[in-house]
Amino acid sequence: MRRRFQNVNFIDIVLWAMGLGILFLFIWGTIKGLQNPKYGPSDYANFVVLGIAQGSMYALIAIGYTLVYGVLFMINFAHGEFFMVGAMTSTVFIAIPLNETGFFDRQPLISLLLIMIVAMSTSMSIAVLTERIAYKPLRKAPRLVPLITAIGASFFWQYFFRGLFGSQVISFPEFAALKGSLSLFGLEILKSRLLVIIVTIVMLIGLQLFIMRTKTGKAIRAVAEDKDVAALMGIDVDRTITITFATGAAMAGVAAVLYTVVFRQVHYFMGFFPGLKAFTAAVLGGIGSIPGAAIGGLLLGIFESVGPSLFLEGLHIPAAHQLKDVIAFTMLVLVLIFRPQGIVGERLSEKKA
Amino acid sequence: MTKTTSQMLKEVIKLGLIAGLISLSLSVIGMVELFSKRELIAGIISLGQVFLFAPPIALGFMAAQKVAKEKKNLPLIFGAITGFFAAIPLIILIILESNFDLRQFLPNVSPALVDILTFSLDPIIGSLVLLVVTTVLGLAAAGMYLLPKHIQKPLANGIIYTLVIGLFSENLSERLRSFFGVGFVKILFDGKALNVVTAIILFILIVVLTVWWTRQGESVKARFTPKSAQEQKRNRRITLGAGVVFLLFLPLLLGTYLSEVTNNVLIYVLMGFGLNIVVGFAGLLDLGYVAFFAFGAYTMAILTSTSDLGVAGISFWLALPICVLVAVTAGVILGVPVLRMRGDYLAIVTLGFGEIIRILALSDLLKPYIGGAQGILQINKPIIFGIDLIKPDQFYYVVLTGVLIAAFVSWRLSESRLGRQWMALREDEDVAEAMGINLVATKLLAFGIGAGFSGLSGAIFASKLTSIFPHSFNLLVSINVLCLIIVGGMGSLPGVVVGALILVGLPELLREFAEYRMLMYGALLIVMMLSKPEGFWPSPVRKRELLAFKEQNDPTVVQEEG
Repeated sequence: MRRRFQNVNFIDIVLWAMGLGILFLFIWGTIKGLQNPKYGPSDYANFVVLGIAQGSMYALIAIGYTLVYGVLFMINFAHGEFFMVGAMTSTVFIAIPLNETGFFDRQPLISLLLIMIVAMSTSMSIAVLTERIAYKPLRKAPRLVPLITAIGASFFWQYFFRGLFGSQVISFPEFAALKGSLSLFGLEILKSRLLVIIVTIVMLIGLQLFIMRTKTGKAIRAVAEDKDVAALMGIDVDRTITITFATGAAMAGVAAVLYTVVFRQVHYFMGFFPGLKAFTAAVLGGIGSIPGAAIGGLLLGIFESVGPSLFLEGLHIPAAHQLKDVIAFTMLVLVLIFRPQGIVGERLSEKKA
Repeated sequence: MTKTTSQMLKEVIKLGLIAGLISLSLSVIGMVELFSKRELIAGIISLGQVFLFAPPIALGFMAAQKVAKEKKNLPLIFGAITGFFAAIPLIILIILESNFDLRQFLPNVSPALVDILTFSLDPIIGSLVLLVVTTVLGLAAAGMYLLPKHIQKPLANGIIYTLVIGLFSENLSERLRSFFGVGFVKILFDGKALNVVTAIILFILIVVLTVWWTRQGESVKARFTPKSAQEQKRNRRITLGAGVVFLLFLPLLLGTYLSEVTNNVLIYVLMGFGLNIVVGFAGLLDLGYVAFFAFGAYTMAILTSTSDLGVAGISFWLALPICVLVAVTAGVILGVPVLRMRGDYLAIVTLGFGEIIRILALSDLLKPYIGGAQGILQINKPIIFGIDLIKPDQFYYVVLTGVLIAAFVSWRLSESRLGRQWMALREDEDVAEAMGINLVATKLLAFGIGAGFSGLSGAIFASKLTSIFPHSFNLLVSINVLCLIIVGGMGSLPGVVVGALILVGLPELLREFAEYRMLMYGALLIVMMLSKPEGFWPSPVRKRELLAFKEQNDPTVVQEEG
């Protein structure tokens, strides 16, 4: 016991005090919030459903961070942009023209599929292009260098697409088929949110099968384990890395379509915050792990939607919803301090962390 | 292994199409059209055209370079082929635009753009002209490659410098007018662009100068190289003295508008010096640097504002040290949680901190104290000897003083024990710790001192604008500062100044750039990292490090990333 205390130093004490303080605020706020008569159980249930829908999108985007981090140990800062690119391109080139011709309302399912295909392929091609130009030549550079090019790529794509489609908010047409809500388990759930949840589940299962069952998936896992040995086993490492980027971007493309269906607007800056949040989700769940990304995304989404009304208002903070993003970033900082391997992640060796 | 001609042809066609796609992208995102409003040489060439035709020229040059290694006789033809194929994507755009209304999808594909692409001719004739022009340009670029070095360099210099002078002719003519009068300017400039005659004279002048320099440069340099230590000392003193005099009288030379631009540049230089300590010296990638800028600015605002939100109403000079102190404290406090993090994790967490600070500043939670989205108004300007420093050319001296202090402190620190500890930390944290460096103290000092500079900068910024809003403290400021130290050269003090001049000064002088500023930053960051990761004015230590990494590019060596 004494030896354990000998290893504790000043910094640890400060960090633990900080963590305990935040935990105390959280619990105190929750207790107070539960006494708040403004929200009943059904309100909270709605918040949770909203959180799950939002978290599903985070989970899908987080896949991209996790996969790339798994093989390259690099945070692909530009990943949020892959999401934005898919959303904007599919909205401008497919959704709006289809809506004008009326095809959109006649064949909602085909339209949705079409939008999704375009979003996924745009996201994938931009991702592959970015990888080819900005990351591939820097495989052996110091770690800071690809991170900086990633930041550069992020801003480049943001403002490139701003130039392409203009800086205004473009609205996505409304699906008539997705209007209104369904009654499920005694809850009124908006149809669009239900769509998000179902599509996400399907995509995640598909992805898990792809990674675990196919030869390409095996190659990705091998490269993540050890690039040099994978190369010795006859795996084309460069090609596998490109495929990894493309897979992650495809998931971001799906998330982009879901996002546009729910929020019905696209904007050149829309990828930035979801990207950051998804990164938080990936870290929360344990970066490098696909189930981790899903769990982290869901947790983050629920925290974000429940948090402001529950514990922030419990602490009598005015206009608590403004501080939604603060919750996400605080979670990120806390996770990185206290459990950098995330919820389900294995402990990474010093070099990887 | 030599390639067959058909293989080479395929490669060259690919190069041409890439050039065309780059030109096409620049066109559809609106850069070409917007920049064509700035003429470089009146009636001859605009900035938009430079952007449009630079890719075919550059890739034509590259094609010639590629081919010349293996087939001595073909570069000219291959350059022309590159140029020819560069036109194809653009022509497709012209045809598409004249048949369909692309504008509903891509707002920047306008008739004005097509006018530029077709030289205001009929689409079909215009396309053919465009084809001929790019082909000729590709051919010219290849020809340029074939020229012997002593002709190639003066020519290239002549073209580039003439265009650069043309680019700044608006500011140049404005300054010259205030010194020599309208008549003189009218002779040299045509509207806001260079006169054709002036351009030709400039071109010849630059060519002659370059030729003279390549012939005589060495002997001139030798005359000024100090021969003894004493002489070296004297030379350094003379340069320093001249530099100080130059800086003191700069506002007189620049006038009000350019002084304002200089002030903005200097504020960024000040922040750059701070971040340079954190990122450049200690290697801690901090993306939330704007938070400390905000701390400095808000402290200054609260302490000196005469509005309802101001609490003390004290003078600028009294508030300044308090601002720095607050920023340093904030730097240390925010530094504690991230002490254990490295590289990319550190970057994301600090980014999160920056955003938290901005969101808090915007929120209703703190609105009673710092004004929320409405910000704080009526911040005091500094007063010295009873003079209100209101005008930019007066305020310049305040900013300059701050920058000089920061430069001096950074310079002394870089050579000190602490500076060396930071560099050890940057190179390898574990080894540094094993060498007995106290990581906690060293890191916190880096965060604290860096934050202090940023706070100073923020305080001056608040006083300069006399009003501050949370929107001035967004992530883009952090990214700007990071970009400028990377472009200048990490860990290098002159590099910070060079970076700020390029990244902050240039866009302010070329107002059209504003819209595409971040786009060019992004591209610049990538290009810099790929081609010149040490920056434009690198510090010698950093340069050696990066060189060492390049030499390590041996696949048998197990790389650090694992």
